[in-house]
Amino acid sequence: MRRLKHGKMSGGCGDSCCLKLEGLNVRIQGEEILEDVSFHLHCGEITALIGPNGAGKSTLFRSILGQLPYSGSITFAPAGGPAIRLADGTVMGGTRPLIGYVPQSPSFDRGDPVSVLDFFTAATARWPVCLPIPGKYRERCRRSLERVHGGDLLDKPMGGLSGGQLQRVLLALALEPVPHILVLDEPLSGVDIEGEHQLLEMLDELRTEYDLSILLSTHDFATLGQFADKVILLNKRVLRMGPPEEVTSSPEFYETFHLRMGKGGEG
Amino acid sequence: MELWYALVDLLPFDWAQPGSMYFMKNALLAVLVISPLFGVLSTMVVHSRMSFFSDALGHSAFTGMAIGAICGFNEPTWAAVIFAVVFALLFNLVRRRSALASDTVIGVFSSTAVALGIFLSTLGGRSFTKFNSLLIGDILSVEPEKVALLAGILLVVLVLWGLSFNQLMLSAVHPALADSRGVKVFWQETVFSVAIAVVVTVSMTWVGLLVINSLLVLPAAAARNVSRTMFQYHLVSLLGAVLAGIAGLMTSYYVGSSAGAAITLYLAVWFLGTFLARKKQ
Repeated sequence: MRRLKHGKMSGGCGDSCCLKLEGLNVRIQGEEILEDVSFHLHCGEITALIGPNGAGKSTLFRSILGQLPYSGSITFAPAGGPAIRLADGTVMGGTRPLIGYVPQSPSFDRGDPVSVLDFFTAATARWPVCLPIPGKYRERCRRSLERVHGGDLLDKPMGGLSGGQLQRVLLALALEPVPHILVLDEPLSGVDIEGEHQLLEMLDELRTEYDLSILLSTHDFATLGQFADKVILLNKRVLRMGPPEEVTSSPEFYETFHLRMGKGGEG
Repeated sequence: MELWYALVDLLPFDWAQPGSMYFMKNALLAVLVISPLFGVLSTMVVHSRMSFFSDALGHSAFTGMAIGAICGFNEPTWAAVIFAVVFALLFNLVRRRSALASDTVIGVFSSTAVALGIFLSTLGGRSFTKFNSLLIGDILSVEPEKVALLAGILLVVLVLWGLSFNQLMLSAVHPALADSRGVKVFWQETVFSVAIAVVVTVSMTWVGLLVINSLLVLPAAAARNVSRTMFQYHLVSLLGAVLAGIAGLMTSYYVGSSAGAAITLYLAVWFLGTFLARKKQ
């Protein structure tokens, strides 16, 4: 187990809370997608969200991002940190967290005429990327990419990136500006073993460097113990929550993924 | 216009002689305004996979013309513009609210609009033939005021591009990601589709309903073959549109065919050229 900055896994939550979900309910077209979901995310902690397809993982992310109506509450309490000022002058903090979002594989065709620089600049600057991009944006993009060891990707076409490279570009984008909470939707799918290793290393670096609270969904149960501080097993409601080894050996886990006790491994 | 005529008079063509053939000179100026307009819009039509939508808009524009003619407007174009804008807004709303695939929703709208247009224009035993000119289009009939109107629209589109191209592109790539970065995806899509609606409807009279969508698809489709960045994409698309526009108009003058069709054929050649020149990936 790694050292935790100020994570408290059980019981009451100290000053270290970053995001609190209390009794979250989401209905889409009359169907209950999430029911009474409550958990806390802490700064400097990586939380993995697992669950079968259709368990509501993406819905949960969209609720946290404020893209879906929900009942219950999602509140943000910065761990004593000051409000931060964004590049465009707006002040964030207090009750509304700045969330970095790494979406599940966006659709780029091989032939899409969008370079990494185009994509990054379009998302972070006002300069219209249909014109030649000035050097200062290039420099900024390179610096951001270097954070995720991807400085060499700058002029690559988005459609030509490998799964791991694409995830790194999206991660660099989510870190510009550095958010309070980083949310990653299935970052490990479509990424080879080496890419997965790199990505997890990077997340570990980031949370220590920026004291980020990281929430990611995954189907890769084998690596949970290596990176996650906390695992949430979700299937419409929170079935089990705790340290990785505790959740993956729980009866709820075996039942949800139709495994027989004692077999273990990936489901 | 005087300045323009004086400039054109310098060209070494027999229609460019001073004091004659003003319709051709107007048409050349109109092509120089319309082609970059379509060259620019084309990039996003292709990038956000809206070519079927712009095709449907052309059909709705015809219906708007029919409505305008029935209401007895002097300028049925304005009725058509309003109808096309309503069409675009409704389409966006339905697409957002419904679980149907976007091409299905377009199919529903397009067929309804066409049926309504034919129904209205043939109402009371009227003949459809007066709408034939809309199908083919006639760039030589363009008047200087209309060229000014088109230039105004070009200016508006360029400003729109400068202000919101980034948001538009992000919305097309990944709506949820765009939203998480503060982009109002729905409004971006709406403004863009309204822009297409206005451009298609206003230029339909001169370009021709049957080929207008090719001007929205071919320039960027050709550009995609050879571009790796957004800037190259726009450059090649614009270049292709303008070159094909000029070449098409000239050709139609000398062989006496429809300019819209000639321009489209040149664009198809441009597409073939870039297709053959593309780098194998």
